[in-house]
Amino acid sequence: MNNKKQAITIKGTKDGLTFIIDETSSLELIMKELETKLSSKVVDQDQPMVKVNIDLGNRYLSNEMKEELLEIVRNKQNLVINEITSNVLTKEEAQEWYEELEISTITRIVRAGQKLHVKGDLLLIGDVNPGGSVSATGNVYILGRLNGIAHAGIDGNQEAIIAAAYMNPTQLRISGFLSRSPDFETEGLFMECAYVDQKTEQILIDRLQTLTTIRPGLGSIERRMING
Amino acid sequence: MGEAIVITSGKGGVGKTTTTANVGTSLALLGKKVCLIDTDIGLRNLDVVMGLENRIVYDVVDVVQERCRVKQALVRDKRFDCLHLLPASQTSDKSAVTPEGIQRIVAELKQDYDYILIDCPAGIEQGYKNAIAGADKAVVITTPEKSSVRDADRIIGLLEKEEGMESPHLIINRIRTHMVKSGDMLDINDIVEVLAIDLLGIVADDDEVIKSSHHGEPVAFQPNTKASISYRNIARRILGESVPLMSLEEDKGMMAKVKKFFGIKS
Repeated sequence: MNNKKQAITIKGTKDGLTFIIDETSSLELIMKELETKLSSKVVDQDQPMVKVNIDLGNRYLSNEMKEELLEIVRNKQNLVINEITSNVLTKEEAQEWYEELEISTITRIVRAGQKLHVKGDLLLIGDVNPGGSVSATGNVYILGRLNGIAHAGIDGNQEAIIAAAYMNPTQLRISGFLSRSPDFETEGLFMECAYVDQKTEQILIDRLQTLTTIRPGLGSIERRMING
Repeated sequence: MGEAIVITSGKGGVGKTTTTANVGTSLALLGKKVCLIDTDIGLRNLDVVMGLENRIVYDVVDVVQERCRVKQALVRDKRFDCLHLLPASQTSDKSAVTPEGIQRIVAELKQDYDYILIDCPAGIEQGYKNAIAGADKAVVITTPEKSSVRDADRIIGLLEKEEGMESPHLIINRIRTHMVKSGDMLDINDIVEVLAIDLLGIVADDDEVIKSSHHGEPVAFQPNTKASISYRNIARRILGESVPLMSLEEDKGMMAKVKKFFGIKS
């Protein structure tokens, strides 16, 4: 096997192991080689868990194929899959990714009983009235009054924020977190933002200006590429 | 060619029927040919408020189901020749008429009348869909209560989706000045800010309104109550006049001086 070109190269890095998969070998061969390589006790049973990154190079794997590959690695007790990377995206994935990155600018009033959902960030120029709700997979920016419900990071992005020119919501939701208005009548506040504080695991509301320190990279393409 | 205006609110009991009767009467007072249509089938009251119940022979269901012609079902007002009412049926329910049926009736009436006011039932179901089918314009009624403003907001959202309908106008009904002042009721400005549509008029909460509808005589006939002036102002605004909003203040402010000038007791 040594003189042949290897289908899988295993490299140790500070982040654990990286399996580099040769792009020209057939999938069957890769699976077989993975089995043999892993069975030949690469890691000691007593050692702590080792993170594994799989680098597919210019190969595209469907989800089922990925699952098969993961299954083989998972069967080894000490290995945890950290990430599977590939240089290739399908058109749909690219489209979806693009949508996630986009800011949708919408001018309207979201009235009672109406729902507005966008992929990516939402920039709403207009009000959200009581009983109305807006949601986005990314951030929610409202250039108007937020009197209803806003849900940012609806697919699980906890870094998402909600910013509003006038903040007096009935509910704020970010990813899986929820906060509601107090039971007494409140006057809203101008130029506020809401974010999830990782320490207290709560939604906090603060002045818009604090965003520079809390989410410095907000809106930059690099940050969004990573989240995408 | 006349204009069809639907009067709606979403919530019940905010004064759709009273407003229809009084704005209709005010328009007739200004010399316009007006027809009122009650689409609250099964729960008709527009005829009662107008005091015309004893004159009903046919109703809107009979017209839609072609048991009679539109002209036969119209009831002439006892005070004006130019004011007519197409009453709702008391026995059928809302499914007895279709949006197309109402549309046909309204189109026919538009030939003969300047204004057709359609009294919409509460809710956003079939009855509402029937009522708005033939309308060119909509007037949304709300009271300064949160629940009523919420429903008005919902209705405005639905009306905005209707094709060929102009942006609705707003009437704020049953304003109690002292409660607004003490902060126990919504302020007019707050309501207009939330709903973000043009304000057509405001009407104060007035015992005279209840009294007059009890006697089957719309309050708009009375020359000098606050409510009747409000309704007549609304009618004038519908005709395109620009009439400033009436002050609802009860103190000796500008209004008192004006009233004194005209010799009106308040």
